[in-house]
Amino acid sequence: MQQVLFLCAGLSIVTMAGIVFVLLNESVYSVLGDQAFFQEIPLWKFLTGTRWHWDSGEFGVWPLLTSTLQVALIGGLVSVPLGLCSAIYLSEYATPRTRRVIKPTLELLAGVPTVVYGYFALMFVTPYVLRPLFGLVGLEVGTFNGLAAGIVVGIMITPLVASLSEDAIRSVPQSLREAAYALGSTRFDVSVRVVVPAAFSGIVAACLLAISRAIGETMAVVIAGGQNTPGGGLAINPLREVFTMTSYIVNVSSSDVEAGSMEYKSLYAVGLTLFVITLLMNIVSQWVMRRFREAYQ
Amino acid sequence: MSSSLYSNSQTRGRWFEYVCLLATWSALFFLAVLLTVILWQGRGNLSMSFLSNFDDRLSPEKAGMLAGLWGSFWLMILTFLISVPVGIGAAIYLEEYSTDSWIARIIQVNLSNLAGVPSIVYGILGLTVFVRMFGIFAKGAIIERMTGNQVEGLFFAFGLNVPLPLGTTVISGALTLSLLVLPVIIVATQEAVRAVPGSIRHAALALGATKWQTIVTLVLPAAMPGIMTGVILSLSRAIGETAPLIMVGASTFLRATPADIEYPHELVTKPRATINAPFDEYTAMPIMVYSWAKQAQREYQGIASAGIIVLVTVLLTMNGLAIYIRNRSQQHLRW
Repeated sequence: MQQVLFLCAGLSIVTMAGIVFVLLNESVYSVLGDQAFFQEIPLWKFLTGTRWHWDSGEFGVWPLLTSTLQVALIGGLVSVPLGLCSAIYLSEYATPRTRRVIKPTLELLAGVPTVVYGYFALMFVTPYVLRPLFGLVGLEVGTFNGLAAGIVVGIMITPLVASLSEDAIRSVPQSLREAAYALGSTRFDVSVRVVVPAAFSGIVAACLLAISRAIGETMAVVIAGGQNTPGGGLAINPLREVFTMTSYIVNVSSSDVEAGSMEYKSLYAVGLTLFVITLLMNIVSQWVMRRFREAYQ
Repeated sequence: MSSSLYSNSQTRGRWFEYVCLLATWSALFFLAVLLTVILWQGRGNLSMSFLSNFDDRLSPEKAGMLAGLWGSFWLMILTFLISVPVGIGAAIYLEEYSTDSWIARIIQVNLSNLAGVPSIVYGILGLTVFVRMFGIFAKGAIIERMTGNQVEGLFFAFGLNVPLPLGTTVISGALTLSLLVLPVIIVATQEAVRAVPGSIRHAALALGATKWQTIVTLVLPAAMPGIMTGVILSLSRAIGETAPLIMVGASTFLRATPADIEYPHELVTKPRATINAPFDEYTAMPIMVYSWAKQAQREYQGIASAGIIVLVTVLLTMNGLAIYIRNRSQQHLRW
């Protein structure tokens, strides 16, 4: 019986190995003998190219990368302040009753399917919020744009930032707070000068994890972000279309590309890039949590 | 001087509290606006026929999500059947058998890394391993070269027909979603198992029960409410997953349910269809919402919203069920 249970647990290792193998097999070296992606497109061209045009065989990853980073950055700008302030409010200011109501409601935000966020961004945020707002200063907002996608992604990951930061904040020992109060600190001083610095590593880890979630987010950016960058070049302007790595993967898989073609293989190359970036961020986040944790005995 | 300093820090503190309060409420406000807009847009399209009709591109007012409802039903049933036994098995191994061995530590670290892998990467995995099976069954590929004839599937008794490769069938989707939710289920189960006090185990072992008997008759039943809460919550996450299903080929337009089972009683009256349904093509609720959201015509906005209302209702029901189980079990705790 123990062997069967071990196999169950080992499946997680097999899954990870499977992901790595599948991604490498089509992009770096194919065990079945086909040409892999990076055997036809040199790695340095992929990593330095600033145009993504599969018709002309240009596979520079930067248009996709800048799109992804743009959405993740906007998402971070929305979710980090919102999530952190919510966490401080919930742990330092709110009464237990308020917290019991607000916390599950916040978690509902994380439970809403991402396809719903995408639809909402496309149907509401862009036409009824961003268009009038930027219209005031005479700027035109595209039907598909990185800003709307980034905002909804930010809202989506806010509960994650909030609940992980709150965990970190609540693990700060009560004695620290009491000591600060005894020295005449106000609640503001205690929150900002004692609790947040003490929980800083956990907060940074929470933010990293949330941003990595934003990088891997798919449906909201597919629906609201668009299917190309302006002219196939870098995505600079958040009011114009973006084409994130995840959008690209969905785009290729929903169009009828043949297995073995360059487009098909590029799906794995982009998937590998996405996987490496999110994995690194997760590892860094765990490392920050361990390395910089303040130990209180 | 000192009094102005005091009042300064007072106002600053007050402002800070308001800012934090505002941040908390603005996220909730966003949720309220989202739900209101969706309900408002979808109100005209919600009817019984929306639940019992197929998708319709010619007359959008007749479109319904019957195919998506059944597709999601099959996906959830199969994902449950695959991921729950494996997840519980893995958690029991990690908690009861291999505490603190090097392999357990590696698995633990790996689990938290897997939980951070974007769902679309699981989609790529599912596409390659389940849908295409590395292309080894394709015409002229390795299997045909070795066996001399093209293998298209495995045929069993009762008309059960397993296609090879699995292709864009329900089972491919369910296997992919299972891999996606497994890390979450394992971690939730571990927590539930860990919460069972050691004294229970010691008492059983002292009375001569074997380790396995202890686990099956005492630890698992005691941990079951916690496990089920975790399972339902992760399945409610899986039912809204769209990206991996697009990757593994859920249809964006389909006017059929898996194995043409359209009413619940047909699950019993058509056993042959029931066993073959996992190997049929499918669509799912979030996929239908996605395909409606992409349509430019205005009529589709109402339909997409109605679809979202149905999807979110199912999701909230599952969440409510999980909360109910959790609260009920807390009342019954005896240690």
